[in-house]
Amino acid sequence: MTALLEVEDLRVSYGKIEAVKGISFSVEAGQVVTLIGTNGAGKTTTLRTLSGLLKPTSGKILFEGKPLTGVPAHKIVALGLAHSPEGRHIFPRLTIFENLQLGAFLRKDKEGIEKDIQRAYDLFPILGERRNQAAGTLSGGEQQMLAMGRALMSQPKLLMLDEPSMGLSPIMMQKIMATIAELKSQGTTILLVEQNAQAALSLADRGHVMEVGNIVLSGTGQDLLHDESVRKAYLGED
Amino acid sequence: MNTLPQQLANGLLLGSMYGLIAIGYTMVYGIVQLINFAHGEIFMTGAFGALTVYFYILPDGTPMAAAVPLMLLGGAIVAVLIAVGAERFAYRPLRGAPRLAPLITAIGLSLALQEVVRNFYPEADKARAFPGLDTTHDIGSVTIKDADIFLICAAVICMAALAIFVRKSRTGRAMQATAQDPDTAQLMGIDTNRIIVIAFAIGGLFAAVAALAYGMKYGNVDYRMGFLMGLKAFTAAVLGGIGNIYGAMLGGVVLGIAETLASAYIDDIPGMHLFGGGSWKDVWAFCLLIIVLLVRPQGLLGERVADRA
Repeated sequence: MTALLEVEDLRVSYGKIEAVKGISFSVEAGQVVTLIGTNGAGKTTTLRTLSGLLKPTSGKILFEGKPLTGVPAHKIVALGLAHSPEGRHIFPRLTIFENLQLGAFLRKDKEGIEKDIQRAYDLFPILGERRNQAAGTLSGGEQQMLAMGRALMSQPKLLMLDEPSMGLSPIMMQKIMATIAELKSQGTTILLVEQNAQAALSLADRGHVMEVGNIVLSGTGQDLLHDESVRKAYLGED
Repeated sequence: MNTLPQQLANGLLLGSMYGLIAIGYTMVYGIVQLINFAHGEIFMTGAFGALTVYFYILPDGTPMAAAVPLMLLGGAIVAVLIAVGAERFAYRPLRGAPRLAPLITAIGLSLALQEVVRNFYPEADKARAFPGLDTTHDIGSVTIKDADIFLICAAVICMAALAIFVRKSRTGRAMQATAQDPDTAQLMGIDTNRIIVIAFAIGGLFAAVAALAYGMKYGNVDYRMGFLMGLKAFTAAVLGGIGNIYGAMLGGVVLGIAETLASAYIDDIPGMHLFGGGSWKDVWAFCLLIIVLLVRPQGLLGERVADRA
């Protein structure tokens, strides 16, 4: 069986600076895979390359066996890859409802879209209560919920979440992580980028630790959680 | 003769024309943060497109009622093609380049368009007569021409159609998304290049409408007509809040009325008798811009850019 997503020796540069230096990993259908690491490790660059916003300098990205390199960003979502970007990037002057509708921009099934918007409201009741409010007026955590809800609206085969817990209060962070766990239990395949290694690894089937553009350590979520060096570097233990 | 209601009507008409052109500046700016300084020249080519239809395509003596729609079509085709061509071949290759590069390109393009028309359009080195719609109507103390009626109706229809298009259509929603966050818009599956082309095309179309109205109202067109009209329309766009389509129209009307009233009445103010009349109207228009930028830098309907939490 081939993996849903396969990344092989991926390299990405900004001008002369190489941000991702030849990484390989894969995501199987139904798995939650996490990339952890500090700021500047290349995690966000990796996701932005997968969704076509950045062009790799070399390497292969196969999604369901088909190459993604060279496919423009707006066509990648149609293939089943949704990306909830770092910093949430909701459309601030559109309403919550309109943001969710845009998540389903390429879908034609009106009834299905309505049903999925309702599902987003069920998943995050606050979004339903404020459906006609401009998204820019939401709190950070609520915007994160909206960004996740919006990404789910394309009915993705793979959901990529970039730093969903960034800048959130501990309570809000727990809520977001609980939602990711719920999505996982529903069978959603997720590629999760996080700085909060503890939370990400406890959810993940597999984890990869990134450092300055390389994957330095891989394993199951549990393995990494108990790995000596990971505990020291990312979980704040001596 | 020139009563206050007449002056207000004149200002409103001039302002509608500014507003129609300003839409082109504001939509393009809203989506790609580019001031398309060649837009005034796109307006000018629209006028020559309409003129071409009247003098070189339609048989002599075609009644204006039949000619106007075809002139509009001709002007629109020329202006839209040039606007879209400018995007495709001049601005798109410079996307991601420093801001100054597309700006200089725009100025170069605007000079090039002027010179092409001046040198290659028959007898365009001086003003060319344009068929007018000069039948006048008296409404109370206000006298307006058929060309004015065309202008005001066209402006209202265009604005209403644009507002509905942007708010209600799928493409309009995609435009709003692209204006607010182009990268994320792509993540939704929006082809932002297509949206940018549409913004340029709408700008060209509205400029062509304004150009036809201009020609029929003033009775002549020339290769330099886009310079001052473009500059005023740009002023209107900034005045109203650049990036905001309602702001463009409001800014146009405010500018048109302010300019008209200033040139009519400012010399009645004691000590200002030297500063009245038409030759000072541009000065007052740009003074208004300076005042608005000092008091309200984001423009009348502009939004403060602070919504990214």
